[in-house]
Amino acid sequence: MAQQNKNARPHGPMGGMMAVQKAKNFKASSKKLLKVLRPYFPAIIIAFLFAIGGTVLNILSPKYLGNMTNVIQDGIQLDSNYQFLGFAVDMQKIANIGIMLIIFYVVSAIFTYVQGYIMNELTQKITQSLRTQISQKINRLPLAYFDNTSIGDVLSRVTNDVDTIGQTLSQSLSSMITAITTIIGVPIMMLTISPLLTLVPLVSIPVSLIVVMLIVKFSQKHFKNQQEYLGDINGLIEEIYSSHNIVRVFNGVEKATEDFQEKNQKLYGSAWKSQFLSGLMIPMMNFLGNLSYVVVCIFGGHLALNNKIKIGAIQSFTTYIRQFNQPLSQIASIANVLQSTVAASERVFEFLEEEEQPTEEEKTAKLTHVEGNVRFDHVSFGYQPNKEIIHDLNVDIKAGQKVAIVGPTGAGKTTIVNLLMRFYEATKGDITVDGVSIFDMKREDCRNLFGMVLQDTWLFHGTIRENIAFGREDLSPEEVEKACSFAHIDHFIRSLPNGYDMVLDETANISQGQRQLLTIARAMVQNNPMMILDEATSSVDTRTEILIQNAMDKLMEGRTSFVIAHRLSTIKNADLILVMKDGNVVEMGKHEELLAKKGFYHDLYMAQFDEQNA
Amino acid sequence: MFSLLRKMNPIYWVCIVVIIVSIFFHVQIDLTIPDYMGDIVNAVMTKQPVSMIVSIGWKMLGLCLISVLLMVLENYLATMVGSGLARHTRQRLFQKVESFSMEEINQFSTASLITRSTNDIQQVQQVTMMVLRIAIMAPIMAIGAIIKIIGKSGQLSLLTMVAVICLLLVLTTLFLLVSPKFTRIQKSNDMLNMVTRENLTGLRVIRANNAEDIQEEKFEQVNSMLVKLNLFVGRAMNLLNPFMNIVMSGLSLSIIWWGASLMNANLIDLGSVTAFISYSMQILSSFMMLTIVFIMFPRGMVSAKRINEVLHKDTKITDGIGLEKVYESHPELQGTLGEVEFDHVYFKYPNAQEAVLHDITFTAHKGETIAFIGSTGSGKSTVINLIPRFYDVTSGSIKVDGINVKEYKIEELNNKIGYVPQKGVLFRGTIASNIAYGKEDATKEEIVAAAKVAQAHSFIEQFPEGYDHEIAQGGTNVSGGQKQRLSIARAIIKKPEIYIFDDSFSALDYKTDKELRSQLKNYTQGVTTFIVAQRIGTIMDADKIIVLDNGKMVGMGTHEELLKNCQVYQEIAYSQLSKEELDGTAK
Repeated sequence: MAQQNKNARPHGPMGGMMAVQKAKNFKASSKKLLKVLRPYFPAIIIAFLFAIGGTVLNILSPKYLGNMTNVIQDGIQLDSNYQFLGFAVDMQKIANIGIMLIIFYVVSAIFTYVQGYIMNELTQKITQSLRTQISQKINRLPLAYFDNTSIGDVLSRVTNDVDTIGQTLSQSLSSMITAITTIIGVPIMMLTISPLLTLVPLVSIPVSLIVVMLIVKFSQKHFKNQQEYLGDINGLIEEIYSSHNIVRVFNGVEKATEDFQEKNQKLYGSAWKSQFLSGLMIPMMNFLGNLSYVVVCIFGGHLALNNKIKIGAIQSFTTYIRQFNQPLSQIASIANVLQSTVAASERVFEFLEEEEQPTEEEKTAKLTHVEGNVRFDHVSFGYQPNKEIIHDLNVDIKAGQKVAIVGPTGAGKTTIVNLLMRFYEATKGDITVDGVSIFDMKREDCRNLFGMVLQDTWLFHGTIRENIAFGREDLSPEEVEKACSFAHIDHFIRSLPNGYDMVLDETANISQGQRQLLTIARAMVQNNPMMILDEATSSVDTRTEILIQNAMDKLMEGRTSFVIAHRLSTIKNADLILVMKDGNVVEMGKHEELLAKKGFYHDLYMAQFDEQNA
Repeated sequence: MFSLLRKMNPIYWVCIVVIIVSIFFHVQIDLTIPDYMGDIVNAVMTKQPVSMIVSIGWKMLGLCLISVLLMVLENYLATMVGSGLARHTRQRLFQKVESFSMEEINQFSTASLITRSTNDIQQVQQVTMMVLRIAIMAPIMAIGAIIKIIGKSGQLSLLTMVAVICLLLVLTTLFLLVSPKFTRIQKSNDMLNMVTRENLTGLRVIRANNAEDIQEEKFEQVNSMLVKLNLFVGRAMNLLNPFMNIVMSGLSLSIIWWGASLMNANLIDLGSVTAFISYSMQILSSFMMLTIVFIMFPRGMVSAKRINEVLHKDTKITDGIGLEKVYESHPELQGTLGEVEFDHVYFKYPNAQEAVLHDITFTAHKGETIAFIGSTGSGKSTVINLIPRFYDVTSGSIKVDGINVKEYKIEELNNKIGYVPQKGVLFRGTIASNIAYGKEDATKEEIVAAAKVAQAHSFIEQFPEGYDHEIAQGGTNVSGGQKQRLSIARAIIKKPEIYIFDDSFSALDYKTDKELRSQLKNYTQGVTTFIVAQRIGTIMDADKIIVLDNGKMVGMGTHEELLKNCQVYQEIAYSQLSKEELDGTAK
């Protein structure tokens, strides 16, 4: 059903068209969307009633305006030879109809506004709650979900998809009601005025409909192409611009330009065709409007001569035919609008329905005093259910020991961190701290056991103080500053404009090394009983690296620590080295023991450092 | 915007003139239509025979048809001009950016150049088409219709004027009220994006600190701010439609009402009143269109200005006289290969206070390996970026094979250089096409050979399609280390005289790094090599190591020499290797 996920829709009479996504399961997703809307049904129904009321008044008024003209016609004074003498219009009647019409217009405007107001309030409520739900959902999903999903994907659900739903709620729904009311109401009004004259639009409306559909159909193809070629050329521009150095030094400018020209030409072709075709809509509708006007006038004139209708009827009819054309093009686009709305809500619900981490209300185990004895007891784990990478791991770590995790890039060193912090759950076996299984604790209690400093230094938009005291609003300024001086960053912070109250954002000029020190200070104030650290490898200059190392050493003092180690000195001093390869722990022991074993660690070590020994 | 049009093929100017003429005529025709309608009304009122109505009808329809044909023509030409302008400007912009050196690129920033070449162009295209259709038509229409009605009835014209003023007042008020909020909505949207992005990138830290609630609270703050703004804008914008309806229907009603009393006074007939209503509607809609133009036009102007900024920027780095000319006057320089000489080079970024490089002087002979080391910001990468003229020296000179780099044609200079950037950069295409980027006519064997040297062959073989494995845009479907190795293969296949490795081994593990370098050494015999690195292990066996500190050379020599006499080098070395290991090597 969704082989083609891009489609186009006409968007208003100007014909700006957009790509439309189709839902995978239209029925199920629409049901879910309706379920979200259910609490608001009374409000929606009221809004719809107002919409219908406003439209009905709108439809009624041309008839009365026509009646006014009839009154004028009645005032025509003719002599016996049908020669025009002058007017004697009954101004009282005119005033009566006029006042009624004023009431119609004002009430209709109020109705329209009330309808828009209700839908606007309701849309904002619903989109706000959807965004909140998504935001909360993020925190309840297991990490595994995010390791397999791109950030952009989740982001676009929070923004684009919710926006699409909002747009439909606030605009498309009520304009659909208005359109339907008009399409039903206008023919009724025409029939009440003159059933005979109604024959004219009966012919002209299908003609308009066919014209609209033809234009939409032809331009759709080119809009789709335009969207595609635009994506193509923008992709090329992005690629070439961001690789400027390479393109230049490899003399690739000419080739890039050729590529570009070809894509540019294609885009041009589809761009003008789609714009041209959709631009035909207005003149065509204009012409059809005028054509039916003339036909109504001729036909109506004939009837009027035979005194079957009055001139006001003709006037009302021409207004009605115009009123009828707009909803026609709206209805043509509504199918596509609904499609993309349901597709958007499908993506939102898909996310909201992802399986969450199990709740842990019943878990009560808690450590009041932590020694720091950590035991991996027959632990097995795999990121995919059928692909176990850690097999039956048994490690016994005594309080205060330092554990180094080493291995080549991509060997899965962070897996151990993931298991300890319960970012991922071991599939078999048990991990205990001081004899208590971390699986018997609440996740948050387990995570409170460990402080963490990762290479990927995460700072958020906020003051430096907030960044350091993250999650611990109870800390005094002195405690924060003390941690910073331990982390050798106090001096730097004080040299910044606004010091500890400087707001960190994209423009803040903080080097990678300083970021690292800030995250160390953060770990410092948390004061957790055990530590998980990732040593810096590159992109930090030597002096800062010494500071970082020194700060990390302080963090590890007297604490059981797990270090993803890159530096030889750390590795050599470790009480235990876990050697990882292809996701699994392949060797463990002390440095000398492992070297003597002449296994994988030996190879790794030699490859890293033998040049110096050669 | 007009300056963009000025650069275009004159045929487009002809198009524009034709559009204007055509609009003028079609508006004239449209302006007579209500007269015919009025005539028909009068004919019906005065019980004229149907044949007369038919004949008026034919005339009217004939004119309508001409008007429609003219509109189609305008539409055709306007879309041609709009898309043509977009195509032409996009092309000019692209070529301009391609001629830029890093200096100009950095001045604008890559991200901004991308937006200028994509969004801004789209914006200009849309506004151009709009201007060509609406902005020209609306004033002609308004003026024509005003002339028509003034002759018909002064009093009713006054009524129309009041309606127009009402309309303009309300539209401007609404616009002034709402448009600053739009900017704030945009900002709130960005904030919302930012907080969500923050949440997603910081998942592990947030969970480790049990700080989920804090993040949710932050999100809620932005969320309710956004909702508040949206509510305000929604409430205001919802006024628009009902209000315009009231103005338009109110005006028709008033014209008939007032018209009736004028008719009683024998000042006007019913046909004129009907025609009058049509004209006043045309006036109202012209003014509405003009308002839209006034809202849209500045956006187009902003985009056009941003495009022009790029187009008017001239690159400072241009081709020199070329090798041919140089050899004519200095035939003795022919045949030198792989010599690079820095002579008292200073470099300062434009607008910077201080120079990044001070007095850099050294010579690299054919076949030597020269390494640069130093802390971040010491200027290592800057030094080697000067060789392919990503930037030009501020003073001093750089000679390649005895000739100043500024005298080469850029292409000639590039032919001598194999450059590998720090971040592996790949293009959309296959692995093979990416490697062959360095040499378009490369054979399959050459590609495989280059990949083998770059330690890429083994992982390439693991892809089901091997060398035909598709690389996604930005190379997102291969790892950082794989990207680096492919970038290296791309430089290798070129068989240049000079290699430049800008910290190109950082994403490789030690084992691969070492294997790659030993292979490379065999393969690149006789080729001059420049390496920038963070890891001492990567550069220890270079012929010459240059130690940089704050842009100054603080040491030059071999590993052993520097360990003895360069303090900065010692610091770096000790932070990475233990003392025993260094002592072992320093002997």
